Amino acid sequence: MKEHLDLLREMTRIRRFEDRCAELYSAAQIRGFLHLYVGEEAVAVGVVSELDPQDAVVSTYRDHGHALARGVPMDAVMAEMFGKVTGCSRGRGGSMHLFDSGHRFFGGNAIVGGGLPVAVGLALAHAMRGEPRVVACFFGEGAAAEGEFHEALNLAALWRLPVLFCCENNLYAMGTSFAKEHAAPDLALRASSYGLAAWAVDGMDVLAVREAARRATESIRAGGGPCLLELRTFRFRAHSMYDPERYRDKSEVVQWRDRDPIDRLIAAMRPDFTDDDLTALETEVAAEIDHAVAAAEAAEIEPVDGLTRFVTSEVTR
Amino acid sequence: MKTTYREALREAIRDAMRRDERVFLMGEDVGSYGGCYAVSLGLLEEFGPERIRDTPLSESAFVGAGIGAALNGMRPIVEIMTVNFSLLALDQILNNAATLLHMSGGQFPVPLVIRMTTGAGRQLAAQHSHSLEGWYAHIPGLRVLAPATLEDARGMLWPALCDPDPVLIFEHNGLYNLSGDLADDAGPVDITRAAIRRQGKDVTLITYGGSLAKTLAAADDLAADGIDAEVIDLRTLRPLDSDTFLESVRHTHRAVVVDEGWRTGSLSAEIAARIAEEAFYELDAPVRRVCTAEVPIPYAKHLEEAALPQPASIAAAAREVVRGG
Repeated sequence: MKEHLDLLREMTRIRRFEDRCAELYSAAQIRGFLHLYVGEEAVAVGVVSELDPQDAVVSTYRDHGHALARGVPMDAVMAEMFGKVTGCSRGRGGSMHLFDSGHRFFGGNAIVGGGLPVAVGLALAHAMRGEPRVVACFFGEGAAAEGEFHEALNLAALWRLPVLFCCENNLYAMGTSFAKEHAAPDLALRASSYGLAAWAVDGMDVLAVREAARRATESIRAGGGPCLLELRTFRFRAHSMYDPERYRDKSEVVQWRDRDPIDRLIAAMRPDFTDDDLTALETEVAAEIDHAVAAAEAAEIEPVDGLTRFVTSEVTR
Repeated sequence: MKTTYREALREAIRDAMRRDERVFLMGEDVGSYGGCYAVSLGLLEEFGPERIRDTPLSESAFVGAGIGAALNGMRPIVEIMTVNFSLLALDQILNNAATLLHMSGGQFPVPLVIRMTTGAGRQLAAQHSHSLEGWYAHIPGLRVLAPATLEDARGMLWPALCDPDPVLIFEHNGLYNLSGDLADDAGPVDITRAAIRRQGKDVTLITYGGSLAKTLAAADDLAADGIDAEVIDLRTLRPLDSDTFLESVRHTHRAVVVDEGWRTGSLSAEIAARIAEEAFYELDAPVRRVCTAEVPIPYAKHLEEAALPQPASIAAAAREVVRGG
C-alpha cells in the first residue's frame, strides 16, 4: 500500500503540476513551447521508481514528468517555467530543457532522437569504470524513425552498455500517427533486431511499468546489456499549446481517457484507499504547487549582464 | 628529433593516455586499422581495445557517446575520419556539445575533444575535400584549433583535453607527412593566441592550417620582389585572437586573408570585418581575400589546383595591396 501511495503521489504531482502550467500558459506567465505529459505519467513514475540516485536519466522536450519523478524539486521546475534564475536551468532552458546535475538528470533534449547517443555515452563511462549503473533514456516513438535511434541501439548493444531505452509510444509524432510513420509496427521487434532485449508494456498501468523496469534494470545491472521497453501510452492533451489537434478524433482521446493511469491505480488501491485519503493527497499536492508558483513569481531574474555566462566554463585556464 | 606531423599527433595522444586514465580514443578504424591517416597506428597494441576503441560507421552515435562519456567523468578524444563525415554528427556537435552548458545554466560542461581531417589538395573530389572549420568557428561554446606545425600537432591536444569545454581540432590532410625537427622536450602549447610565423613590415598575410605553407612560400616569393610580408598563423579559429593580427595590420597597414574555405560567409569574411571595424583608419589599401573558388572541389588535378589558394594567387593579392595591382 505504501509503495502504491508513493506511485500515486508522484503521478498526481505531475498531473496537477501540468494542469497548473496550462493555466499559467493561458495567463501568459509561461511562454515558449509547453509540451504536456498528461496521460503518460505512469511511464515516468513507473520507470524512475526503479532507479537509484547514482543512475542517470536522459529526457526529451516533454520532460516535466521525468524531472518531477526523478526528484528535481518542483519549485525549481516551476521557476524554470517562469524563466527565473532560481529555475533548475537558471531560466536558460525553459520547459523543454530541465536539467539537474544533483539528481543526475541530464536534461530535456528538444531534438527528437538527440538524447539517445548521449545516453549511450553516459553508459559507456559507467561501463569503463565498472560501475553497476543504469542510464534511463526516454524518447518517443517518433524518435524510432530517426537515424540516431538505430545508431544508438546498435552501439549500445554492440558494447553491451547499461542503457534502459524507454520508448514512450503515445501514437502521435506531433500530428503524424504511428500508422503513417512506421512501415513495421512492432517497435520491440525492431529493437530486438539489434540484439537487445525488448518488449512492450502497458504504459497506462504504473504497476506493469514498474515491474518491467525492475526486470530490465536487474538484467542491465547484472551485465546483460541494454534493454528497450516500448511503453504504450497516450497523451490526453495536444502536442503543445499551439496544437489545434486536427489530426485525431476526439473519440480516440475519450477512449484513452477511460484508461487514465491515475484512476486505474486508485481503483486498484480501493477499498483501503478512501475518498478522504484522496482528498488529503490532492490537498498536499495543491499546497506544493501553490508554493512553487508563489516562489517562482517572487524569484529574481538573471541580470542581463549575465547573458553570455555559461557559453564556456567559468574556470581559469 | 626528426619527426612528422602524423607522429607528433600520435605522440600527443600517447602522452595524454599516459597522463590521464580517463582519456580514451574512439572513432572509425582508429584501432586495428591504425587510423585512416595512420595517426593512431600502434596505440591499440599499447593501450588495448577499451581505450583505443573502434566504432561502427555511426558518426552521430559515437560523437554523441563522446559527449555522454565526457558529461560522465571521462575525457574522450573522438576521431571523425574527415570533416566531410562530421556533417552526420552536426546535430550532436551543435545541439549538444556546444549548447548543454549554457542550456543547463552552467551545470553540464562537456570536456570533449574531437579531432578530424580537413581540406583539399589530394584529388579526392568534392565529398572528401571540404574545409568546413569556418562553419564550426561560427558556433559559441566550441573552441576550434588548427595545428599547422609540428609543435602544434604535438602540443595542442593536452591543453584541449584540459579545457572543460568541447574543443575541435582540424588536421589538414596535406600536413600528415610534413617532416622536420621537433624538440625532444616538446609538449603542451598555448591554445589561445595566434602566432607570427614570419615577421615583415609591408603587408600582413593572415592564414591557418593547410594554407600556412603556401602563404610562407608566397612570402618568400614576395621577398625576392622586395616586398616584406608578415605571416600570421591563426592557430585558434575560435575564439579568434584578433589582437595579434590587428596589431600586425597597424604596422603594415595592409592585409590579405588566406582561407581554404569558400569566400561567402567564411572565416576570412569575419577577419576582414574585424579589420574594417577595428583598424579601418590604419589601412592603406582595401583588405584582400584569397579563398577557394565557390565550386565543389573537382577531381581533375588542374581543376582542383585552380580552385584552391596557391602561392601565386596569394602573392598576386599581396602585390595588389602593396602596389595597387
